[in-house]
Amino acid sequence: MFSLERWQEVFETISKNKLRTFLTGVSVASGIFILVVLLGVSVGFQNGVEKQFQNDAENIINIYPGSTSIAYKGFNKDRRIQLTNEDYALVNRETDQEIEFASSLYQIFAGLVSYGNESGSYRVEGILPDYQFLEKADIIEGRFINMNDVKAKEKYAVIGNRAKKDLFKDKSPIGEYIEVSGLNFKVIGVFTDPGGDREETRVYVPISTAQIVFGAGTDIRSMGYTLPKEENYDLALKQSNAFAAQIEQMLKSKLQIDPKDESALFISNNIENTKEIYLLINAMKIFFWGVGIATLLAGIIGVSNIMLIIVKERTKEIGIRKALGAEPLSIVGMILHESIFVTSVSGLFGLIFGLALLEIVGPYIELDFIRNPSVNFSIAVSTLILLIAAGAIAGFFPAWRGARIKPIDALRDE
Amino acid sequence: MIEIKDLHKSYKMGKNSLHVLKGINFNVEEGELVAIMGSSGSGKSTLLNILGMLDEADQGSYTLDGVPIKNLNEKLAAQYRNKFLGFIFQSFNLINYKSALDNVALPLFYQGMKRAERMERSMAYLKKVGLADWATHKPNELSGGQKQRVAIARALASDPKVLLADELTGALDSKTSYEIMDLIQKINDEGRTILIVTHEKDIAQMTKRIVNLKDGVIIDDRKITQVRAMQDV
Repeated sequence: MFSLERWQEVFETISKNKLRTFLTGVSVASGIFILVVLLGVSVGFQNGVEKQFQNDAENIINIYPGSTSIAYKGFNKDRRIQLTNEDYALVNRETDQEIEFASSLYQIFAGLVSYGNESGSYRVEGILPDYQFLEKADIIEGRFINMNDVKAKEKYAVIGNRAKKDLFKDKSPIGEYIEVSGLNFKVIGVFTDPGGDREETRVYVPISTAQIVFGAGTDIRSMGYTLPKEENYDLALKQSNAFAAQIEQMLKSKLQIDPKDESALFISNNIENTKEIYLLINAMKIFFWGVGIATLLAGIIGVSNIMLIIVKERTKEIGIRKALGAEPLSIVGMILHESIFVTSVSGLFGLIFGLALLEIVGPYIELDFIRNPSVNFSIAVSTLILLIAAGAIAGFFPAWRGARIKPIDALRDE
Repeated sequence: MIEIKDLHKSYKMGKNSLHVLKGINFNVEEGELVAIMGSSGSGKSTLLNILGMLDEADQGSYTLDGVPIKNLNEKLAAQYRNKFLGFIFQSFNLINYKSALDNVALPLFYQGMKRAERMERSMAYLKKVGLADWATHKPNELSGGQKQRVAIARALASDPKVLLADELTGALDSKTSYEIMDLIQKINDEGRTILIVTHEKDIAQMTKRIVNLKDGVIIDDRKITQVRAMQDV
C-alpha cells in the first residue's frame, strides 16, 4: 500500500483520467460540504433558539404581586399587594428547598440617565448580586454589584452594553459618574446579556440604594429564585413546582390572601417554558441528524456507484493487466488505493470549504433563529473518516469483483 | 518448451455442452515459430487461451519449460504469465491513457522492477521495434501497425519464454501485416519461441511450422519452408 511504485502508478492513473477523478472528487467533496454546512446550520439554529428563548436562567422562578380578587379576613377585594424586604427574607429563611441564586428587585421602568451631553431613558433596577446569574448577564468590563455595595448602599451602577454605547460611545465608562434621577452614580461595570439590546439598556444599582433613591422604603417589586440543576428535566420540574407552591403558601398566609386567590400573587416558573424549548431543540437535532445521515448515506451510495462504474469501465484494462501478470490482490489494491486517495483528498477539500464557509460567513448570520452556525471539528473529521471508510468498503466489492474477472472475458469486452 | 498431452476442453452453453478441444497432443521446441491455423470454431483460440493460462483445460496435461501448468490459483497463474509468456492480441489491448513507453513498462511493473530500470529497458525494446521516437505518444496517436509494434515490445519486455500471438495481423492491412511479420521473424531469428494463431494462409507461410486444427482436433502438423516477409513487400 505504501510502496513508492504503487503511488507512482496511482498518481499516473489519476492524472491521466482527470475527468473521472474530477467527477468522483466533486461528488465526495460536495457530499462532505453539504454535510458540514448542514451540521453548522443545525448548531446555528440551536444557538438561535436558545438565544431567542433563554434570555434568563432557564430555571428561574419569579414572584410578582398583583391585586386580590377575593375578600379575605376582613380585607376587601381589589387590595393591591405590596412585597417588601421582609417577605423576601421570609422566603429565604423559611423554605426547606436549597436555593441556588436569589434576588429581590426594585425597578423603575423609565429612569432618566445621563452622562455629559448624552442622556436616555433606561430601566433602572435595584438588585442583589445574585441577579447577575438570574439574568445570565456577563460582565465585559469592571465588576458586578456585590454584597458590600448593597450593605453600604453605595451609589454604584452597572450598565448594559447598549446603554454604555449610547452614553459613552467608545470611551471606557468605568469610574465615570452618570446621573440617575438627579443623583450621581459611579459606573463600576458593563454587562452583556443574551437578551440583547432590550436587556442591555438596563442600569443595575444595589437594591438598598434604589429603595432610598426612589423613595420605596422597604418595598420590592418582585423576587427571583433559581434552584440547583437537577439531573433530568422531570425531577427539576418537580422540585421547581414544589418550591413555587411553598412560596405561594408562605406568602399568601403572611400577606393575608385567600389561598384560592389567583390574581394576588403571580409565580412564573420559567422551567415550564424551557420544556418547549428543549423539545423544539431536540426535535431539530433529530431532524438535522436525520438529514445529515441521509446526506452521508447518499454520499456513500454515490461513491460506491462511482466505484462500480469505474471498475466496469476498467474491465478491459484489468484484463490486460492480468494478462501481463497482475495478481488479483494487486488489482484490488490498485483500485482501493486510488479510490481512498481520491475520496480522502476531495473529502478534505469539501471539509475545508465547508468549514471555511461557516467560519467566514457564519458570524455574519444573525437571523432570528440562526445564530453563529459552526461545526464541531471532530464531528466533521469523523464524518470524513466514516465516508472514506464507507467508500473503501463500498469500493472493495466492485474491486474484488474486478479482480475476479477472467482475463479472457475482460479482453473480449469491447 | 511446450508439451501438451490429450487436452480436452468443453464449454457449457445452457443445457448443451460444446466440446471444443477433443484431445490435442503437440510439442513446441525452443526457437520454433509455429502457426496454428483453422477456421473459426476450430478451437484454435481456445487452445491459445489455455496455452496462455487465460483459460483452463478440463483434461490433459500442459507443461511449459518443464513446469507443469495445473491447478493454478489466480496469483500463481499471474506470476507464470508474467514470467513465461508474452501476449500479442488482434486488437492490441494497449492501455489508452498510458504512453507507449508506459505500456511497454507495465509487465515490468508487475515484476516489481524499479522505475528507472523499467523505463530504460522499455525504451530499449521500443527502439528494437523502431518506435523510440514515439515513446511519449498515447496509443490513439499511433497507427495500427505502430500499436502492434508497441504491443510486441510490451510482450518482449518481460523477456518471456514464449510469445503468444492471437491474429496479430487481423486488424492490419497487408503491407503493415508483412512489416509486423518481418519483425516477428527477426525476433524468432534471435531464438525466441513464438506461437501465432491465424486464419490467413500467407501469414502462416511466414512461420516455420503449421498446425492445422479442425473441429477440436489437429488434422495436420508439418514443418514448412519459411517465406521471408520482406521479400513480399
